[in-house]
Amino acid sequence: MTKLLEIKNLSVGFDTSSGQFMAVQGIDLSVDAREVLAIVGESGSGKSVAMLAVMGLLPKTATVTADIMTFNGHDMLTMTSKQRREIVGRDVAMIFQEPMASLNPCFTVGFQLEEVLRFHMKMDGKARRKRAIELLELVGIPTPAERLNSFPHQMSGGQCQRVMIAIAIACNPKLLIADEPTTALDVTIQKQILDLLVKLQAEHGMGLIMITHDMGVVAETADRVIVQYKGRKMEEADVLSLFESPKSPYTRALLSALPENATGDRLSTVADFMKNEAANAGVAP
Amino acid sequence: MSEIVLEGRNIVRDYHVAGGLFGKAKTVRAVKGVSFTLEKGKTLAIVGESGCGKSTLGRILTLIDPQSEGELLIDGKPINIAKDRVTPEMRRKVQIIFQNPYGSLNPRQKIGEVLGEPLLLNTNKTAAERRELAMQMLVKVGLGPEHYNRYPHMFSGGQRQRIAIARALMLSPSLLVLDEPVSALDLSVQAQVLNLLADLQDEFNLTYVFISHDLSVVRYIADEVMVMYYGEVVEYGTREEVFSNPQHSYTKTLFAATPKSDVASIKARLEKKKAAA
Repeated sequence: MTKLLEIKNLSVGFDTSSGQFMAVQGIDLSVDAREVLAIVGESGSGKSVAMLAVMGLLPKTATVTADIMTFNGHDMLTMTSKQRREIVGRDVAMIFQEPMASLNPCFTVGFQLEEVLRFHMKMDGKARRKRAIELLELVGIPTPAERLNSFPHQMSGGQCQRVMIAIAIACNPKLLIADEPTTALDVTIQKQILDLLVKLQAEHGMGLIMITHDMGVVAETADRVIVQYKGRKMEEADVLSLFESPKSPYTRALLSALPENATGDRLSTVADFMKNEAANAGVAP
Repeated sequence: MSEIVLEGRNIVRDYHVAGGLFGKAKTVRAVKGVSFTLEKGKTLAIVGESGCGKSTLGRILTLIDPQSEGELLIDGKPINIAKDRVTPEMRRKVQIIFQNPYGSLNPRQKIGEVLGEPLLLNTNKTAAERRELAMQMLVKVGLGPEHYNRYPHMFSGGQRQRIAIARALMLSPSLLVLDEPVSALDLSVQAQVLNLLADLQDEFNLTYVFISHDLSVVRYIADEVMVMYYGEVVEYGTREEVFSNPQHSYTKTLFAATPKSDVASIKARLEKKKAAA
């Protein structure tokens, strides 16, 4: 069976005043349809950048190279930006971390939701309205018909994130990329959003990529996990074996930094781990 | 019994929403009668979702907002900032650390000035003394004297939170209110900051009020836990009591919503998924 998204040896570099900075270095990654892949790492590990490269959302200062980057049979590397625009938003959609910041404050939720439908599905006004109400209902927003006329500032953070999800799934995408979808939210709301994402994924048979730094979120949602550190892949495993017997020392360090795994008075930190590593290797950190 | 640093007796906070052309003025009761006592050197965690009044309570404890009703006692002295002027000594006793280290530091102020300002405003120390104390504090929170002349944008999120902690400690307070100090930080950086807070608590015998919605962090750091829901305290007890035997349904909901990362619950989830497919 062919993979939905397949990436081999992806590297992303940024031109900076002090030379090129490599944010992602030789990442291999693949997602099947109906699979939940989690990419875990600290900030600066290049987990978001890798996915932005797939979406073609990186600024001009970035150089993306890869041996293979295909989505659903399309080669994403040689594609023109016009072809890319047709796929991005329809077949691949992305949800960002800050729901308040990613919705346009000047337009109603309904307008922003219908914009996707107009652009990608070429629906007429009536059909768009109907579909928009349907979508808001699907993501669990009460009184959807009235809510279409609300502006983002009139809704709570959790509701805005639901609207973002509604926009992302509006065209029944084959792949949904969620970049830290719950980091800005409370635990009770986080639980609702995660449940919603997993439910939609199962019902629509989507592939889902969860980008997160929260091991708890990984444990609650993922089938397979990639652990990334400083732009490199440290480990790839299915979720159970990752938590049961992490192979990479970095993964072990991440897991032991969880407050619930604290032994004694101190939490072990990843910095401690890097120091030990360096000491064992006999080089300075 | 060790001494009680902080005591609240039936604290209430009302916010008045002004009426508009059509709307009527109304009163929102954000904190509905909260009572507690906190001993020196202990940590009280206040848990709840956004909008439950936990930050409002934090602001009252830090003498930023006055309480509408009820009594607040710091070191046994009743204080109500709506009625009395707050003395510099009072101000010095309580400090706060905010959630977002990107928002709570002035981008145009060098770190040295950030740390020196509380001393400048509240004490008569000379510039040389202030500089000396700021340098010492930087080392205490795990930064270095070389950071004295840098600007906030040159630091990472974890480092900025260390600066915010250093600033709060400049006046050697006895009580520190921490309003979600680690929820904007990554897991591993979160662990570093929590370790730092634990070290500082031992070193200076600090009392913490730790506001958070993350139960796994609370379980690690707190001695006593208070769960708030719509301005009311629904659960209050020692960490062991609250975590082993939650009474209120909201506390139970909170526990259920916290992601579980132990192997057994992952297994259960995967099996459930398999059965559904």
